[in-house]
Order: sequence, then C-alpha cells, then structure tokens
Amino acid sequence: MSEKTTFWLDGAEIPFTAGQTLLEAARRAGHYIPHLCWHPDYKPHGSCKLCTVKVDGRFVSACTTLAQAGAHVENRTAELDDMRRTLLQLLFVEGNHFCPSCEKSGQCLLQATAYELGMMSPHFDHFFPNRPVDASHPEVMLDFNRCILCSLCEQAAKRDGKFTFVMGGRGMRGRRVILNSESGRLADTDFSSTDHAAHVCPVGVILKKRVGFAVPYGQRRYDQAPVSLLDVAEAIK
Amino acid sequence: MTEKDIIDTILTKHGREGTRLLQILREVQEALGWLSPPAITAIARGIGWPRAKVEATAAFYSFFHLRPRGKYCLLWSDNIIDRMQGSRELMHRLCEKLWLEPGRLSEDGLVFVHTTSDIGMGDQGPALLINYRVATAMTPERVDAMAELIRAQTPLAEWPAEWFAVADNVRKAGPLLSSFTPGSALRAALARGAEAQLAEIGASRLRGRGGAGFPTQRKWQACREAPLKEGQTRIVICNADEGEPGTFKDRLLLTRYADLVFEGMTIAAYVLGARKGFLYLRGEYRYLLEALDAKLDERRRAGLLGHAILGVADFDFDIEIHLGAGAYVCGEESALIESLEGKPGRPRVRPPFPVTHGYLEQPTIVNNVETFACVTRIAEHGAEWFARLGTPQSTGTKLFSVSGDVVRPGIYEYPFGTTVAEVLEAAGVAQCVQGVQVSGASGTTLTGDELSRRLCFEDVPTAGALMVFDCRRDMFEAARNFAHFFAHESCGFCTPCRVGTQVVARLMDKLAAGHGSQYDIQELSKLSRLMKNASHCGLGQTACNPIVDTLAKFRPAYERRLMTLDFVPAFDLDAELSQARQMTRRDDEAAHLFTAQG
Repeated sequence: MSEKTTFWLDGAEIPFTAGQTLLEAARRAGHYIPHLCWHPDYKPHGSCKLCTVKVDGRFVSACTTLAQAGAHVENRTAELDDMRRTLLQLLFVEGNHFCPSCEKSGQCLLQATAYELGMMSPHFDHFFPNRPVDASHPEVMLDFNRCILCSLCEQAAKRDGKFTFVMGGRGMRGRRVILNSESGRLADTDFSSTDHAAHVCPVGVILKKRVGFAVPYGQRRYDQAPVSLLDVAEAIK
Repeated sequence: MTEKDIIDTILTKHGREGTRLLQILREVQEALGWLSPPAITAIARGIGWPRAKVEATAAFYSFFHLRPRGKYCLLWSDNIIDRMQGSRELMHRLCEKLWLEPGRLSEDGLVFVHTTSDIGMGDQGPALLINYRVATAMTPERVDAMAELIRAQTPLAEWPAEWFAVADNVRKAGPLLSSFTPGSALRAALARGAEAQLAEIGASRLRGRGGAGFPTQRKWQACREAPLKEGQTRIVICNADEGEPGTFKDRLLLTRYADLVFEGMTIAAYVLGARKGFLYLRGEYRYLLEALDAKLDERRRAGLLGHAILGVADFDFDIEIHLGAGAYVCGEESALIESLEGKPGRPRVRPPFPVTHGYLEQPTIVNNVETFACVTRIAEHGAEWFARLGTPQSTGTKLFSVSGDVVRPGIYEYPFGTTVAEVLEAAGVAQCVQGVQVSGASGTTLTGDELSRRLCFEDVPTAGALMVFDCRRDMFEAARNFAHFFAHESCGFCTPCRVGTQVVARLMDKLAAGHGSQYDIQELSKLSRLMKNASHCGLGQTACNPIVDTLAKFRPAYERRLMTLDFVPAFDLDAELSQARQMTRRDDEAAHLFTAQG
C-alpha cells in the first residue's frame, strides 16, 4: 500500500483523506469544480453532471466519485468546459429562465455558473414548458419555471424530518418536485418558512414573499466575485 | 364495496408493505380505473409512507394514471417494426371511427387511444394493449369491429378471444428450447454441492444474456462473498423487464419454459444461500401473471420451492412476482431494484453495486431470464457440454428475436458465433436487406454488406434482437423512432439524458420536416458525444447509438432531407397558423403564408 494520499487535478497535487470525493478534496485545496446540484451540507446527488471530470480517461461525476491516490483528473479543460456549457444550455432551454426580471438574479448558482463558463446564449430552441407557480403559502412562493431538479429542497426538508418536497415523475416532461399534500399546494403541506428547505434553492424556485429585491442588482453575491472564487473561499474558511 | 373498502382490501392483501407499492397501485387502478388524489392519500396512509413519495412513484410509471383514462384504454405498440406493419394507420383509423385524437380522453370519458413503447410482439404486430391486455395481429377489419364494440360499451370479456392470442413462433429450437423435467437440474446441482455448482458455472464460461455479457460466475461469486448483516439474506432477481425494442425471447421462455427459469433461480439461491427471489415482470406481460403464479404453486407442491427444498434442511427459498408498470429504464439492474422497493425506477449511483448492496441493501444478483434458463441447462448437462457450444468467449446458444422484413418472424436458437446471414436465411428475406438493427434500439446498426458479421461478444454483441429492414425502408425513420423512444423512456434524473434525448428527438423531427441543414447533423453528433460521456446510466450513454450508426452508414438517408447546407430555423410561420386555420375552418390560399419553406 502506498502512503501517498494525493491525486492530480489539472497538474496540481491535491491532498485528500480516505472517503473524500474528488469534488470535496479539490474544493478544500482551493480548486473549483463546477457544480449545481451539489451542496456541502447534503449527500451528493450526482444529477446535474456539471461536475463531470475525466479520471485517467474515464468520465465520472466528481461529487460522487471517491478520490484515489495517484489518479490523474482533468477538470477545467476545453473539452470538459465545453460539455458543461452545453449542459447549462440544456438546463436553460428546459425551463423558463428570465434572468433580467428574476428576483434571484445575482444570487443564482445557475446564472453565476453560466457566467463562469462563458455561456453566451441558450443555443438550443426553448421548450417553454407550462409550469405552475404556487403562491398558496402565506410566506413563501414557488416558481417552478426556474427549477433545475437538483433535489436539494427534498434533502433539506428531510433534515427537518419532513417530506414537503419529493422528486417524482419521469423524463423531461414528467420529472418534477411533488408537494406532500392531496391538493398539491404548498399551503396544505407542513412546510414552514423556518425550514432548511426554505433557504436551500440554488435557483429562484423557493422565494420568500415581501422581501423581493431588498438588495439591488449590482450589489448581490455574484456581483462581487465569480462563483469559482466564492465557492472555494467558502470551503477554505 | 366503497372505494375505501376496495383500497383497504388490496392493502391488506399486500400486508401494507411499501415494497409492494407498485402492485398495490396497479390493483387499485385495475379496480377503480385510475389513481385519484384521495386514492393516493389512502394508499400512502395504508403503507405508512409520506403521500408525496407514493405520488412520486405513481407519476413515474407510464401505466399508472393520475387522471381518468376512460373505460377503454388502447395503447398501440410504437416500435419501428409495428409502424412498418401499419400500426400508425390502424391507430388513426380507430381514432377516426371514434371521433377522437390520439392522447386525449374522449369527451364522454369513455375511451383513450395513444401509443406506448414496444410491447414485445414484434413477430405478430401490429399489436396493442387494450386495458393492459395484449392484442396482436391487428387488421383494418379488426379495428373497425373494435370501434363498434367500444361504442356499444361491450365488456372486454366479450370481445373476440382470438384477438388476444399470442403465438409462440418458435422457428428453430436448440438445446435450450428442448424438453425438461422439473427438478432434474436442481437435483444435479444439489448432488454437486454449492461450491462445485458455482465452479461448474465458471467452467461453462456462461455470460449474461441481457446484452452486457458479464460473466455469471463472477457476479455470483461477488454476491456469495458479500458479508450479511443481522437479519439480511441474499436475493436472487430475475430481470424479465424485456423492454428493448425488438426483443421478445423472454416472453417465450416465460410462456413455455418457465420451469427452466424458476429452476435456474432456485439453483442460484442454493449456490448463494439466498432465501428470497423475485421475478420482475414487465407490465406489458401482465397477461402471463396468472399462469406464472400457478407455475410457482406447482413447484411449491413438488417441493422445488419453499421450505426445505427437496428435503434439504435449511434450503429455504421462494419467489415472488412483481409486475413493472411501463418503464424501460427498469431493465437497468439498480433501477429495477429501486422499483422492487416501491420507488421510481431511477438507476442508483454505483458503486456500491447490487452484489453487495442491492434489494433493501442486501447482497443481490440480477440476471436475465435466458441466463437462468442457461444455468439450469448447465446444471443438467454439465459445463463441458455447454462450453462446447458457441465460441471461446461466448459459450452456449442464444435466442434471437427476429422481426421486420422477414418471411418467418419469431424465435431462433443458434449457437453464439452464428452469422447474421445464417439467421436471416432461415428467417427468409424476400427483398434485399438494407440494414439490420442488432440488440434493439440501443444496439448496433449493420448494413446489408455486413451480414457476414458474427453474433457473439467477440464481434457483434447482442441481447438477441434482430430487426430487419429491406431496401424499401427508410433507415432515417428507424433512427427517428428510436430517438423518440429514448426521449419517452429517459428517467429524467440527469441533465444530459433528460434534456438531451428531447433535443435529439426534436432535431430528428426537424430533419424529417425538411427544415434541416448540415448544421443540425453536427448538432446531433455533438449531443451524442455529450450524452455518451456524461449520462448517469446506460440509457443515456447508448441512446444515440442508432443515430451515430445510421449517420455513419446511411448518411444519404439524412442528407436527402436537408434543404440547404446553411442553417434553417425549425420555426415555420405557416405551420404556426395551423391552429388559427383549424379554429376558423379555413384552408384556402389566403389562410396560408408561403415562405421559403413552402
């Protein structure tokens, strides 16, 4: 057994501890691997595929793949970033994302990642799906037009012992967040605005009512610095 | 009985177990017609699950309906082979007779007509599911009579029985499809002992028949060595979710040779020390359920299943049949296990693999129907006999489901290594062969010049489907049909497959409509690469195989559709006016825009 517990990421040597994923170890060492459905507080989901890297020639998700000593991992290569840009474009045309009028603009991980990767247009024809807005709850509204199906709301609700949000259905036209009530309305679930799930959405689906635009555009999180810096800074602090 | 009582009876029958959720949902739907919001709530309470989880499962499977589906639900099998047999024309004929549109419930809530993914009747199409019962060999006359029966609201039980007949169509039988005395192979295995039986499987060099060809002995060995936690057992699963378009050989095995399959599972249980087995039967084969249950009972009475099998103390094993509900992705082993646990069939993140963490986290093997049948034959005749058949790396014989432009579609048993030409010669080809789709939609497309290729893991690997296209056919249409199939069957978990399959299907439609350019062909290639490299499971990784193959081998079929070599948008102004024309009942010249696209 080799004592060495490092792997190589784009030529940089990255230390890791046993059981750490590629994404965790890279981030801890100050290297950004793009991601959307991954969140430090929750189990990796591995669905957005933005964190796809190449390990010794094989494509894998960095968020679910354990680091192996001596592995050679490609991350920010032209090939991989090109794939990521296409994945982002697919996400943009799948939903209805109107950044200029979105309350989450400037704090949105999808938008910030698209800027990071230099996505200049949605490229593909939009699908313009018909997705509902749920304003039934007195304090929180849901705008599923912006959902990227990351499942973080499901996991965050579970942390509070709840099943408010559950991923269900099949395929692009079927897969969705299912609310835990017979009416299908948020107001009829046991959701509370103090739940972890109320604050976890990386895009603009779960929004607190009556506090819209409290911070003006231009002064928001990703207006200060790109996601690649902020993501890594958070891991190191 | 009230709805509540009906649901309660079904829940009780299934012990209020969440793992039985698919069976509960199906039976409730069979009794009540659809799964209404209160029904979902009642089921969730009954099994003690959060309501949203029950709805999540119900919404995943094509055969579960969260909206009313009418008294008659007719779903036409929509594989390219069915289409070549005229399924589309028959479906539209039926719709015209009934004054309705495909995919929309009739105004009076009586009837629903639509398409469904291949139902495994490629040798006797056009076929359809009528309230989830298979009907075959449809003709215009039958369709006309069917419309009358529906209008008169005749109960299904009074419809002509011959419509529901499923033929075996065994065209060439070999050592696998031969007579068998139930129990004989199991006795031979017991005489050998578990370890020697496993070694026998190893010596036979048996590889999985589902397509991937993984060595069976290695899978079993890994499962056998996996540690058990307190209260756990090992699990044997037979994958009878035969969903690959063009495949129907498992249907035959389960209809005529179920003993071979169940005995193979029991031998596996003996080798692994497993106590529980499942047959995961695709929902399309619902019509086989009663006969298979009866077969299991017969085997229990013969001491071949249950407690102390064949008098061996401690050899306890039984098999449960779980029906799927219309989801191709459940053919992937970890998705199948999720489905057995009552959840949406979403492939798991691997590792861990099912051999260590499978059904309810227990060590589990999942093998194809035909693989278990081979296991039985190996136990019966020995590894040496088996390994003499076929080729060095692909031992034994293989069942081929042959359909399309052949004179005698059906099942052919040949040793591995047989050429495509030999099989086609037996099946009879009237016209020249343009192409053969081997191993289903996700497989390999061969041209008429490649018929000397051999069907085996050394050359063209296959799960056994051969779809034959003669010179009159349009290979582009085959690829387009498969693109829509994958878009419909993608589970939706990962971005590249969920959205990629839809964009690909839309690009193929754009080409079909005559709006395509070279640019769109490049887009197809780019998306193929992305989906192959970034998708979560085999579905997305292989979804573009037929497009890559047909682009490489039948490029003129694409190019003759291109308008120009420049980019053309998919948006067609004149087509956008079609709704307005329909509403105003106009179709005159002034109601059309004549653009460059016509």
